[in-house]
Formats: sequence, structure tokens, C-alpha cells
Amino acid sequence: MTSLSVTPPSPLPSAMQMLFLALACLSAGALLPLVALGRPRLAQRLGVATGLAGGVSGVVAAFSMLISGTASDLALPWTTAGVSFALHIDGLAAFFLLPLFLLVAGAALYGSGYLDATAEGRGAAFHWSFLNLLALNMALVVSAANGLVFLLAWEGMSLSSFFLVMHAYQDPDALKAGRLYLIATHLGGALLIAFFLEAGRRCGSLDFSAFSTLRSLAPPQALFFFLLLLVGFGAKAGLFPLHVWLPDAHPAAPSHVSALMSGVMVKTAIYGLLRMLSFLPPLPAWCGLFLLTLGMAGALYGITLAMLQDDLKRSLAYSTVENVGLIFLGLGLWLYSTATGQATVAALALTAALFHIWNHSLFKGLLFFGAGAVQHAAGTRSISHLGGLLRRLPLVSSLIVLASGAIAALPPLNGFISEWLLLMALLALGQAATGGTAVLFLLLTALLALVGGLVLLTFSRLAGLVLLGEPRQRGALGHAPPAAMVAPMLVLALLCVGVGLIPGVPLKLLRGAATLVAGTPAAVVLPFGPLWGFCGGLLVTGAALLVFIAHRRAAAGDARRPTWGCGFLRPNARMAYTAGSFSELAATTLLATPMQPVVSATPTTCLFPTRAAFAREAPDPVLERGLAPFCGQLARRAYLFRKLQAGKLDIYLLYMFLATTLLLAWAMVG
Amino acid sequence: MQNLPDFILIAVILLNFFLLGTSRLGACVQAVALQGALLSLLPPILSGPSVHALSLAGGAFCLKGIVIPALLLRAIRKLDINREIEPRLGYIPTLLLVALTTAGAFVFGDRLPLLAAHLNSLVIPASLSTLAAGFLTLITRRKAITQVLGYLIFENGIFVFGMLLAEAMPLMVEAGVLLDMLVAIFVMGIVMNHINREFSSSIDTDHLNLLRE
Repeated sequence: MTSLSVTPPSPLPSAMQMLFLALACLSAGALLPLVALGRPRLAQRLGVATGLAGGVSGVVAAFSMLISGTASDLALPWTTAGVSFALHIDGLAAFFLLPLFLLVAGAALYGSGYLDATAEGRGAAFHWSFLNLLALNMALVVSAANGLVFLLAWEGMSLSSFFLVMHAYQDPDALKAGRLYLIATHLGGALLIAFFLEAGRRCGSLDFSAFSTLRSLAPPQALFFFLLLLVGFGAKAGLFPLHVWLPDAHPAAPSHVSALMSGVMVKTAIYGLLRMLSFLPPLPAWCGLFLLTLGMAGALYGITLAMLQDDLKRSLAYSTVENVGLIFLGLGLWLYSTATGQATVAALALTAALFHIWNHSLFKGLLFFGAGAVQHAAGTRSISHLGGLLRRLPLVSSLIVLASGAIAALPPLNGFISEWLLLMALLALGQAATGGTAVLFLLLTALLALVGGLVLLTFSRLAGLVLLGEPRQRGALGHAPPAAMVAPMLVLALLCVGVGLIPGVPLKLLRGAATLVAGTPAAVVLPFGPLWGFCGGLLVTGAALLVFIAHRRAAAGDARRPTWGCGFLRPNARMAYTAGSFSELAATTLLATPMQPVVSATPTTCLFPTRAAFAREAPDPVLERGLAPFCGQLARRAYLFRKLQAGKLDIYLLYMFLATTLLLAWAMVG
Repeated sequence: MQNLPDFILIAVILLNFFLLGTSRLGACVQAVALQGALLSLLPPILSGPSVHALSLAGGAFCLKGIVIPALLLRAIRKLDINREIEPRLGYIPTLLLVALTTAGAFVFGDRLPLLAAHLNSLVIPASLSTLAAGFLTLITRRKAITQVLGYLIFENGIFVFGMLLAEAMPLMVEAGVLLDMLVAIFVMGIVMNHINREFSSSIDTDHLNLLRE
């Protein structure tokens, strides 16, 4: 950070060179498709090529930084404006850039098969332009070394993702989702602007290198900054209870955009929080407790609602809320144990949170890609209509099962490692604490286990209902997705398995980020030796072999028999579990009344069956029962002020006259 | 001759009362013309007959005393309107308000930190009172013609205020103000014409509130 104010060093360090190349590719990708506005296929090809090139070179940049461990800078001063276009790539930035560029490349490739350019028409050019713009802005957010660059990129990220969410703008649901997203993201953005203005005023510069003076802040001000950051970034990250935009926006967007938004974009907010926290003085312990309570509440809340959703992608979006909750739980544990001086636990918790960020990017990206493939194939996202896809899309379906296992933290996949670290941190804290705090941590451990169980329930429901059995609605049959969609899924799946089997490598790579955030070198010793990798490898290979053999036998055409019909003579798809019935027991016994799904059914009134209807949906309780009525009330109150805007010139002149008279009177008295 | 500026200023203030107290549009236009013409005499009287002051006075006299009133009178004849029938505020209350603002202007004028040369002059009170009268015309009258008159009165108030700076103010600034006003009057004329054509019965500005959204 020291060479920020000087002119760019003539031989750029290689990581920065590659990053610059990636940014250049993505900038080109934001413009080129628009040139080919009238030729959608050409526009799509241009967008895919630039996105892919940008993603790959970005991955190389982040990787080379993580391996070499040397931070590098780029500063292009602009003296008239008093700011410099400053980029900085260090361990923390590279840590976030790696999954970012990986998913950007994946999304570009996937999108080339997912989007039908000729059907999109002019929309294709805009879509690819905004997708590359989103990628560019996300990369800039993570690598910015100046508050103004950060804020501009942040806004650019919000706006471009807004336009991507509005891809299906003819659909009123998408419009509603887009509007909610825009409001939420701008509320958060306003707080961030307030933070940067105030921090810039105190430090005398918006350069991050000058922000180190924030270290000497008084505790109340530091706390104020912390809350500003928490709400500002939390709104973007999907931190409970600011997550309300997320379950609407993710399903509305095309699947590769959902993967990008859920896998990476919400993480940029966590990056911002971590980066800014590294400038603030140490926070009191209760901040950590506050953060981990929010995280735990979000995890429970998110997974519960994920369990109740009928829309495949909406369920995945709620699972993002859950995972973000887990990440914040880890960060809260880290803040708490740092404040109470337990360095080992702090390192453990921070590593768990960071590791989970990577893991979530991998398996959530894979799951959204998979959901997109299902939608692409079957034409619907409703779990109650789908079914039997395993037979028709064997490869994609196995990948979805694999990702479900990873997200449910089944060993030996990657989700297990980070959740295990998290549990270790919780248990260590519980052992070290006495009295009420010990109870709290043991309670949290139990709740984390509950969350794990609910994840398993949610994803066995999701995978089971979508992939097994028979389609519940005619027409939801499906055809195989093109290779361009499967390739990125395969890469992500391999990474999920690889990270799970050899957790030592990613742990070594994220050590730089952890050191930067915590300020002290954090070493975590894992009991995952070669034996772990070996056993896990055997397990995975065995499972793969079994699946392959089963598939070969099915392909040979001998063993295709109906599922056992539980004694019914002619079982049909209407007798199978639906999305609602699968989770009904858990919903009715576990959940408090406000969380219950809304059921509308025709009551049975006579002995003989008549025509009846049954519908069940699970709207977001925070939004429907909390925020929406509150904002409605606020709007009604605020509407009274509309009377001031009379629309009559003379009334406005009267205002001016009164204002002038009052000012004159004030000048006379004062 | 010593008191001539004061006479003019008092006449200007009295004309304000007349303007807000009468409903006849023709008389209003003539009163504004008279006000403008009287005011255009002020620069040479106050600062001596220099080229600057004389050209300023000539320009102001032509525009405010002759050209604009002629245009307005022509508009009144063409549109065939004679009276402000329904002011938003009655004539008596308006007159009371003018009286109040004029008194306020005198009180305020006493308290301003002025140059010694300007102490005890009527310039500040007359200016403020004329500005307030312009405001009140704009607020209380409906017809587009009276709106134009309101702006003219307003400009007269500013012109009076400018007397304090007559030596300091460059000719170009004054000329610019006059030009601005002329353009504004033309624009208002066009607007009036359009209101008249759209709502064929009147030139009532109340119809414009549909534009608020």
C-alpha cells in the first residue's frame, strides 16, 4: 500500500498485469456486445469470449498472487479530481478474486448454452453487456484501494445486477423482485456512502492506505462505524433480517446470473466488511456476540424457509441466506474470541468463515447451474411438477446430488471441512467459557447441528423430488443440456471433491487472507492428514464406480421397473410426495406460527369427494409480516407531505415569499 | 429638486397600492408602465447625467414604459379581457397585506448596515415593498396577464435596489437584465396564447396544475 501515490511502476508485477488484462477483457465485454446489438448470435459470442478470457486471466492473477504472496499495486492519479484510480491486490483481495473469476468464466461458458440468443433478440446483447459489467465491477470492488473507486464499483455492481435480475422484465414477478432488490441495495449503499464520507473526512483522504488512522478511533465512534458497515454491507450480503431481496431476486435472474450473484456477489459485501474491519480498532466482545446471533438466526431462518419453498431456485436462494448466516456466525465467533483474547479459537473461527466462503461459492454455483439445467430441460422450476430427471439427465443429476451432499456437509466433500472447523471453534469456546456463556456456546453448537439436519432434509427433498420418481406433471420431461452448460458444472464438482479430499492446499492459500484480516499470523492445524484424503478418495471413487455400473445396467435396458407402489395397484405420480407434503411434518411440528407456510384449501364438507383446491406457499415472514407493513405505514404517513406539492405556481411562489420574509426577519432579529 | 428621487420612490410605492387594489387590467398595465417610466428617470437623477446612466435610463424607459405595456395592451385587446374577476384573495385583504409588507420594508430598511450615503434614503424600503407587491400579485391573481404584471413589478423592485449600485453596476449587466425580461415577456406571451387556445374560455393559470406529476 506504500507505493499508492507514485506513478505506476514501469514493470507491473505479474499478478497485477494479469488482473489488468482480466479487467480489460471484461471492459471490452461490456462494450462489444452492444456494438453487435442487431445481431444477437454475434453479440452472445463476443460476450462469452470476453467473459471467458477475463475470467481465466483473472483466475491466473488471483492464483499467482496467492502462491507468491506478494501484494501489488496500481495507481493512476487523477490530480484534477483529487483522487487516484488505485488498485491493490493482496492476500485478502486475491482470496475473493479467485472464486469470483472462476465463476465468471463458468457463468460465461454456461450462459452460452443456457441463453438462446436468437430468441432473446436485442436482449442478448444487453444481457451479455451487463453480465460482463457486473463481473468487472465485482472485480473492481474487491481490488479497489480507494474509497471512491470502491463506491463507484459498488454502485456499478448493484445497477448491473439489477438489470440482470430484470432480464425477464415482462414478468410482473421479476419486476417486483427487481424493485425490491434496487431498494434494498440502495439503502445499504447509502450507509456505505455515509461511512466513506465520514472516514474520508477523518483521514483526510479516501485512499485505503490513509484509513489506518481509523485505528486510533474512540470506542463509541468505532462502534458507530461498525454498525454502519454491518447494515450497509449486510443488506448486500443477505444478512438476516436484511436478506428480504435475496429470495426474490435469485429466482428472477437467469441461472448463471443467480450463480454469480449468490456465489460471488454477496461475498463481495463480506469482503468489504472484512476489509473495513481491518482498519477499525479492536471491537468489544458483544459486537462478536451480536454478529454471531444474527448469523445463527439467519442460518436457522434461511434453511427453514428453504425447506418450505416450492420453487427450486427460491429454495436455493434461501439456502444462500443460511450459508451467509454460517459465515457471519464464524466471523462473530472470530470477533468474540479476539476480544476475549483466545487467539487459537479466533484463528479457527476466521479460517472456518473464510473457508466456507470458498466452499459456498463452489457448491452454490454448481447448484444454481444445476437448477438452470433442470429448468432448461424441463421448462419449470416448480419442485411439485418435476421428477424423474435422474434417468433423463444422468450426468447433471449426479452432479446435483454431489453438490447437495457438499452443501449438507457430508464427508468427504468440501462443505464438511468448513462446518467442521466452525463446530470445532464453537466447542472450543464452549469448553473455555464458564457460566452463562458456556451455555450459550453449547446451545449454539446444538443449533448448528439442527441447521445441519435441516440442510440435509432440505436437500434430500430437493434432490429426491426433482431427480427421482416420475414427473408429477406431464411435459416436465426434459432433454439433455448442451456441453457448454455441463463443462463448468464438472469443473466445480471436481473442485468440490478436491477441496474436500485435500483441504490442506486451500487452507494454505487462505492463510494470507486470514493474516491480513486478523493482523496476526493465524495457523490452523487440521487433523486432515493423507489418511483422510486416501479414505475419502476411496469413498468417492467407490461411489462413482457404483453410479457408473448402475448407469451401464440401466443403459443396457434390462432393469426398468416401476418404483414399489406401497401396495397400491396402479401407483401414479399424483400419489407421490409433493414439495409441500415432504416437509409438512417438519413444518407443522417445528415451526412457530408466524413462520408457518400459508395454506389455502377448500374444506371437506360432505361425504363424497367433490372438486377441491389446495395451495400452499411460504412467503418470507420478515418481509410479509414485518418490513412490508411497516414500510406501507411509513409511506402512508409520508404521503401527507405530497399536499405540499400543490402543482400550482402561486402556491410555490407563496412558499418562496414566506421563505424570503422569514429569512429577512431572521436577518433582522439575528 | 433635492427631493425628486424621494417623490419618485413614494410614487412607486403608491402605485403598488393602486396595482393591487384595482381589478381593471388596462389600468394595471398603465400603472406598471408609469412605474417603469418613473423608475427609469432615477439613474440620471441619482448619479448625474453620465453616458452610462443616460443609456440605461433610455433603455429602461423604452422597454418598461413603452414596448412591454404596448404588447400587453394589445394582448388584452386581442383576447378581449378587461377585468380580473376572481382573485384568489380579495382586494381589501391584499391591500392590507401590501400595507403590512410596506411597513415591514421600512422597519427592515432602517436596520440594514448601509453606507452613510444611503442612510435614510427611501431606496431600500421602496425596493422591498415593490418586491413584496410583485410577489403578492403573482400569488393572489389568476390571469396570465396579471402574472406577467407581477414579474414586471418584481423587476421594478430589483431595479430600484440596483440604484444603490448604479455606479458600480456595469452597463452590460443592466442591459442583460432588461433583455432577460423582454424574453421572459415574450415567453409568457406565447404561454398565454397557448392557454387561451387550449382552454378557449380563459387564460386562467389554474389549468396548469395538471402538469404536476
